[in-house]
Amino acid sequence: MKALLNHYAPPSGVADELFEDGALRPVWSPLVRHLATQSSDQLAARFARGDQYLHDAGVYYRQFTGPESAERDWPLSHVPVIISGDEWQGVADGIIQRAELLEQVAADLYGAGTMVRDGLLPAELVARNPEWLRPLVGVQPRSGHFLHFLAFEIGRSPDGGWFVLGDRTQAPSGAGFAIENRMATSRVFSELFANSNVERLGGFFNRFRSALNGLRQESEGRVGILTPGQHTDTYFEHAYIARHLGFDLLEGGDLKVENGTLTVRTIHGREPVGVLWRRLDSRFADPLELDETSALGTPGMVSALQSGAVAMVNCLGSGVLESRALMAFLPRICEQLTGAQLKLPNIATWWCGQEKERAFVLDNLDRMMIGPAMSSQLPFELGATTALGGKFRDTAQRPVAEWLAAEGGKLVGQEAVSLSTTPAMIDGKLVPRPMVVRVFAARTEKGWTVMPGGYARIGKTTDPTALAMQKGGTVADVWIVTDQPGKQAALTDHQAKKPFMRRLPSQLPARAADNLFWLGRYVERAEASMRLLRAYNRRLATHGPDALPLVEYFAEHLTQFGLSPDRAVPDGILDMLGASVACASEIRDQFSTDGWNALNDLRRASADISTRAQLGDDAMHAMSVLLRKTAGFSGLVHENMFRFSGWRFLTMGRALERADQIAATLIRFTAPDAPTGSLDVALEIGESTLAHRRRYSVESSRNTVVDLLALDDDNPRSILFQAHKLHDEERRLANAVQRVAMSDVERLMLKLQTDLAISSPQEMTGERLAGVRGELAGISDAITAYYLG
Amino acid sequence: MQFDIRLRIAYDYDTPAAVHRTLLRLQPRICPGQNLVFSNVTATPAASSRAERIDFFGNKLSELVHERRLERVEFTFEGRVQRDAKGGRLDLSCPLAGMAAEVGAVQSIANWSPHHFLGKSPRIALEPDIAAFARELVTADMSVLAAVKTVSQAVHQHFSFDPSATDVSTTTLDAFHAKRGVCQDLSHVMISALRSLGIPAGYVSGFLRTDPPPGQPRLEGADAMHAWVRAWCGAETGWIEIDPTNDTLAANDHISVAIGRDYSDVAPVKGALKSEGGHQTAHQVDVIPV
Repeated sequence: MKALLNHYAPPSGVADELFEDGALRPVWSPLVRHLATQSSDQLAARFARGDQYLHDAGVYYRQFTGPESAERDWPLSHVPVIISGDEWQGVADGIIQRAELLEQVAADLYGAGTMVRDGLLPAELVARNPEWLRPLVGVQPRSGHFLHFLAFEIGRSPDGGWFVLGDRTQAPSGAGFAIENRMATSRVFSELFANSNVERLGGFFNRFRSALNGLRQESEGRVGILTPGQHTDTYFEHAYIARHLGFDLLEGGDLKVENGTLTVRTIHGREPVGVLWRRLDSRFADPLELDETSALGTPGMVSALQSGAVAMVNCLGSGVLESRALMAFLPRICEQLTGAQLKLPNIATWWCGQEKERAFVLDNLDRMMIGPAMSSQLPFELGATTALGGKFRDTAQRPVAEWLAAEGGKLVGQEAVSLSTTPAMIDGKLVPRPMVVRVFAARTEKGWTVMPGGYARIGKTTDPTALAMQKGGTVADVWIVTDQPGKQAALTDHQAKKPFMRRLPSQLPARAADNLFWLGRYVERAEASMRLLRAYNRRLATHGPDALPLVEYFAEHLTQFGLSPDRAVPDGILDMLGASVACASEIRDQFSTDGWNALNDLRRASADISTRAQLGDDAMHAMSVLLRKTAGFSGLVHENMFRFSGWRFLTMGRALERADQIAATLIRFTAPDAPTGSLDVALEIGESTLAHRRRYSVESSRNTVVDLLALDDDNPRSILFQAHKLHDEERRLANAVQRVAMSDVERLMLKLQTDLAISSPQEMTGERLAGVRGELAGISDAITAYYLG
Repeated sequence: MQFDIRLRIAYDYDTPAAVHRTLLRLQPRICPGQNLVFSNVTATPAASSRAERIDFFGNKLSELVHERRLERVEFTFEGRVQRDAKGGRLDLSCPLAGMAAEVGAVQSIANWSPHHFLGKSPRIALEPDIAAFARELVTADMSVLAAVKTVSQAVHQHFSFDPSATDVSTTTLDAFHAKRGVCQDLSHVMISALRSLGIPAGYVSGFLRTDPPPGQPRLEGADAMHAWVRAWCGAETGWIEIDPTNDTLAANDHISVAIGRDYSDVAPVKGALKSEGGHQTAHQVDVIPV
């Protein structure tokens, strides 16, 4: 133990999580003892287990470097932050008091405005706050409340107590990441975790899910999570929570406000959405009444809230509570409204729009952070317009005193932050690092409930301004350890008492179906291209580039399909796989992590191989490798994906594309003027060489090849087989809603199927096959118009 | 006196457009000195659903939904307004130097509060160039009302009225530098200038009398909906309205429709249009004394 703690020397003047007054806090001793028994190899293996989990689960974050961004590994600090249950109870009480207070403030700012009238809050701070949304003034939230889900950034001050550094009332993120941190950390310390009384997180999410379902009105089937989409840094979490809790992941463009209801476009028409958990900043939510430049919003959303068409978590406009300046006034508001002090103080804050406060800040510059009053950033997140200890980072700024005099109303002073330190394992040693914890609170039928745990952020260095992930900070799990065994609340626990009821899945949002359909098409198109390239390179390898007319004929075909015959892995393949990943990333909530990983693996492998493979034999083998990986993805999806309607769209996309690819192959390689060897190419691409040999004891002729690849309903690589499949899947979709009249989609499918079934190989001329391709395009358009438009 | 007002705004789309939801602010306000005798807003084709509301600033708002795609849509307002503007009065406004204290003393976020009309708003940034222009015009001991009139006159002289120079998306700063524009540009520049002096200022959309009284020239901007400025001149004087395009205080010839921080709060027609092609707009106003 000594060796482990040798280098652990918390800086003076701040509190430490591991030690209190020089003594190890009792709640940490099991973990420290456990760590001390591990060799460095054992520990490395444990940490790797946690990292592997996160990698497999697809947890990543977005690193922004200028306008570019890239997905990076999730930076988990493997050592959790441990807090005793007794101490935590105090924090939770303070959080609940604060949540209730903020609700009162929100209701007043969007209602009577008495706090401003009575001088508790300066009018200027409200009127100039860009998150105070005038169109929401007077709104009465259907749920009866403005706030339902909140987060608070808390830290431990040098005196040992906890304090609030920031309120997250807009659309707080991190709760989903907290679960993933827990999953990973509990794998790192599996035995210890199992034997420690660590409070479990599941119950919190159970209660909040019930609460959200409880906000629905009778006729409403849906709770949706409103996301800005896949380009947001927290999109992973939106998809994760949607999947975890079983809610729809929706974007503003999926929604429409009509006749006093909010509806989502599903594959079977519009359906009402009664509850939205909003992960999109308020001002983007309605381009008509809020930010008119927003492309993410839903016209009429404000109107939907006013008319009570939807309950929103949190109500639009809730971001007004996040501004730093509010913290200068909350302590007094609390006293005035409740007669009690804040149980959990917030960071000392002075609004410089007031003469006395401005003078105080000026007199105490050395221990102040000065920054924008309306900002919601934490006091240690220093920007270009922030001064710490009387100095700007950017030395070009004017003197601070002048700045305060000129722009006092726009500024606050906040006490320079001293955060406590917590152990991080760096290079095999425990070292103290500054930390903050994000705590989550949810409103349930019985009032606010606080997640027993949280999302800790840990500094890269001892400098507290380097906490942000973008600056190399890490994140950690938070263990609340009690004397009692933690209750094992799995997600389904509290449902157990209720009678079992099988629930019909809600209708698939049209945008998700569209992405699945195209995912099916793109992956199949990539696969067909790989088969073409494999056959081509086989012939190159055997005969050389100039030996046969067939090779040239083949090269022309590749070019027509955007596949350069001069490249082992043409860009066309990479583009198709890129398009597949783009579709998949729009619908992360719809299919499994395994499938997602397999698809990404396939794309990475192709990109990798493309840099070194050579034409001919090498490329032929490369295509075999990629085909196996493609089969791996398809297998995962088709074996494991539940037969929701989403799966049917994926399958229809695949069937349609495959039929089209076969038709294209037949047109080219069974043409009357095709060079010798073309028929064998068609059979090889159609994976039907063996079947042909079995079925026909004769040499391949145009008729036998066309029969097998176009008209044989036992061959999964025939056009007719795929036409059957298309029609089957479509009928199941239609049956799900008891469709009475035949749709255009079905009419077109049935016609194609019937025409093919009664055709002879002789009739399947090149012209006729081109006609089939046209019909398939018509079916694709019809599917889009009927289900996805 | 009374006016009969007719307004017609029509959109022709090159390809049928999903107009869907439209917010109209076309009906004159009811406020001291102005009353609405009758009023009717129509859409052709008729909306599938429609609701009437009052917005934050007290403007009348019609919310229309068209379910079908449209090749053409036309909105009209017809009504009669009783207008009895108060005559001239003594300048009781405080000196410019005392303005910060006057504003600070107002503890309200109700819609009349001057606090909404300082600082930036969606279409008006605080531009140093415009602030410098304004600073040159005033002195600290000037009364606020005098300062407002001075700025109005200066903005009027700075600009040449030129409908071809700008459109609804021209920024305030660009119009200021171009020195050409229409009522919207002049109003935005003047608001920016007043706010930089600490004078709360807002935007008014409305109608101008189209045929002048005998012997008087026709006012600029009468052919379409017009815009001018309102400024808060301290607790005693309150809000006054002034038209920099014509460099005159708004009186009986000005009929106000909607007020807000800038154009984005009062746009007569606001829609979320989805259309592949372009469109043409026709806009016609008649304001006739009864």
